[in-house]
Amino acid sequence: MRIPTSRRAPALAALAASLLVLAACGSADPDPAAGASPRATAFTPVEQVPGSELLVWADATRVPGVEAYQKAHPDVKIKIVTYSGDANGANDLQTKVQLFDRSGSGWPDVAFNVNYNAVTWASEGAKPYAAPVNQGLIDKSVLDGFADGALAPCTVGENVYCVRNDLAQVVLWYNKKLFDDFGYEVPTTWEEYQALGERVAKEHPGYLVGTAGDPWTPEVYFWAGQCPASTVTGAKAVTVNLNDPKCTRMATLLDKLIAAGSVSKDTVFASGFIKDHADKVLMMPGPSWYGQVLFNSTFKTPKGQIAAAPPLKFEADQAAFTGNVGGGVWFISAHSKNLKAAADLVTWMTTSTDYQATAGTCPAYKEAATAWLKGQQDTGYFAEDVAPAFTEAAGKVWPGWSATRYSHEAIYASTVVPALNDGKTLTSLLGTWQTAIENKATSLGYTVNP
Amino acid sequence: MSQATVPRAAGARRAAARVANPAGRMGYVFVAGYFVLLLAFGVVPTAYALWLSISNSRGQLVGLGQFTRTFADYRFLPAFGHVLMYLVIWLVTLMVLVVLLAIMLHGRMPRTSSALRFVYYLPGALAGVASVLLWLILLDPAASPVGWLLEAFGWDTLAKVIAPDHLPVLFTVIAFWTGAGGWIVIMYGALNNIPHEVIEAARIDGANVLQIALRVQIPMLRKWIAYMLILAFATGTQLFVEPQLVSTASWGMIPDGWSVAQVSYLYAFQAGDFHGAAALAVDLVVVGLACAAVVVFRTGLFEKD
Repeated sequence: MRIPTSRRAPALAALAASLLVLAACGSADPDPAAGASPRATAFTPVEQVPGSELLVWADATRVPGVEAYQKAHPDVKIKIVTYSGDANGANDLQTKVQLFDRSGSGWPDVAFNVNYNAVTWASEGAKPYAAPVNQGLIDKSVLDGFADGALAPCTVGENVYCVRNDLAQVVLWYNKKLFDDFGYEVPTTWEEYQALGERVAKEHPGYLVGTAGDPWTPEVYFWAGQCPASTVTGAKAVTVNLNDPKCTRMATLLDKLIAAGSVSKDTVFASGFIKDHADKVLMMPGPSWYGQVLFNSTFKTPKGQIAAAPPLKFEADQAAFTGNVGGGVWFISAHSKNLKAAADLVTWMTTSTDYQATAGTCPAYKEAATAWLKGQQDTGYFAEDVAPAFTEAAGKVWPGWSATRYSHEAIYASTVVPALNDGKTLTSLLGTWQTAIENKATSLGYTVNP
Repeated sequence: MSQATVPRAAGARRAAARVANPAGRMGYVFVAGYFVLLLAFGVVPTAYALWLSISNSRGQLVGLGQFTRTFADYRFLPAFGHVLMYLVIWLVTLMVLVVLLAIMLHGRMPRTSSALRFVYYLPGALAGVASVLLWLILLDPAASPVGWLLEAFGWDTLAKVIAPDHLPVLFTVIAFWTGAGGWIVIMYGALNNIPHEVIEAARIDGANVLQIALRVQIPMLRKWIAYMLILAFATGTQLFVEPQLVSTASWGMIPDGWSVAQVSYLYAFQAGDFHGAAALAVDLVVVGLACAAVVVFRTGLFEKD
């Protein structure tokens, strides 16, 4: 049976009218409390229950460490949940915390996250998820033992909202064997890097000096080039200016090398890249974890070939700077009923030489890093000791690039990479890229200044 | 309840009652399970979303404020554009190919048809996400068994295969492969319902296969096609898994807000703005209901013969 149209129309009209009447009651702005951080106020813990169980969320790489802690501290009750750690652009922790905030329970006492950007949302809101660890949770002497600037991404205002697990400073990876075979010298400036890239394209076509199709290309190249693409200037205010000469110089450099053929538009983890180009990497600026994760485990480059050089510098600049790609952090929940045990676990995970020295990534805690770098040398994988390059790069991360609620990687990968593969140049895409960052930042409540 | 425990006289009375109302109470019991789930996971969440979409975080009513705010979002129109593009391609392909394959299966290949029906249905039996993962491998020229075919189009890297213009077609291919099999089997069943005499009469009148299909079978399948369109439209507007997974697998080469459902997800879980997310979800409900209404009234889906 057809429902007579005449009967539906008045009902719909009444509904629409009542909705419009309701429109006057309140504003549709997103939660006004979300933007305001309680930076000034002191942290008030929830009621503590000594000896209560710790709920720990960690990724598969970090779980053995938590288990080792459990073994060493059998009196602490721990429940471990393995989750993605938000690797590869996942957003699981935030997703779940948003839901726990609504339901009022379920927060993990301790959570690991591979993406230090997470601190931006975890330190915001009426009741932020992350507890400020500097307010009586972890000793200042411990916090002072971290590499210079390692805790900078965790620091919001006066407070430190997370503890850095590992560093991901960008160095210049190179294949020593190929350099020797070809008779090249490892560059120390970006100008030399470009000249060598153009030279190898002519002399040994097919060999590569870098990739521009990785989601973290902005961090590897543009952060190191001191491009002001992500400078947080205040609560929820960010400066983005890709037309700055410090951005265009890097775009021009990459465009020339892409045109020459020695910089790939692919990402290093694409199966096509691994199959066809893994053995043709002459050099590649990249984070410290490239050594084991990329060259050793993914590319299967043989022992004794790969080495690391300190970050490159532009001739016009006074000093060399570098970027940073990731570096995990540990959060302690502000909702935890056992902050003491949570703090002890996090301290152990980040500073214990026993555990950190054998980790896959470069520890952020100085003492552990020294032991770790020695361990790297002992593996015999690298052609030369990587410690000098790593240590130098760790202190040269350009401080003008801040953590934001949005991921530069997601924006670059979805806006710039497809267009590069469509044959456009980076220089011509800077405008589109700028707009994409502005849109994303604005949608998350930032004010964007040029 | 077993027969033996019921006294004979009472049993006879019940039998009489059962004849008077053959569906009986059992019918309600069977429906109850579905009804409870529908209420818990369909009706209540929808009502909650409706409430969220007209209120703000302080619990005040804001009328259409959330709708106008999300409409002004820079991702709103592109996302609806993407989904619209996908729906046009997907619904047309689904309708044409499913009906064509079902009729061919029904008419021309009686012996092989049962085997083929099984083959068509097979991909649908895989869980949705698993099927998409399978396609991620198929679409990567370096890993795909049909890499030569992709390279013949000049697409030698994954980045070129998943170029923005290709996405609606790619998602249609994935959706067709995972979802069309079930519909082919349903259409086949519907074709079996057409009385043999009708086809026989048409054949005696001199109609050829094409004429029978166009003049007899398809008109008699009208309601089934309408039913398929409504459901496919609803699932199509909610496109989420395909862009989300392809984006993850391609290291983010597809924007995180490609489809409307993804934008809604970003609102809820990146911005923590459940009210904006609900407004977008309600948009989809309204569009889905409106289109369903058009199809229902145009085809007379609920009319009894």
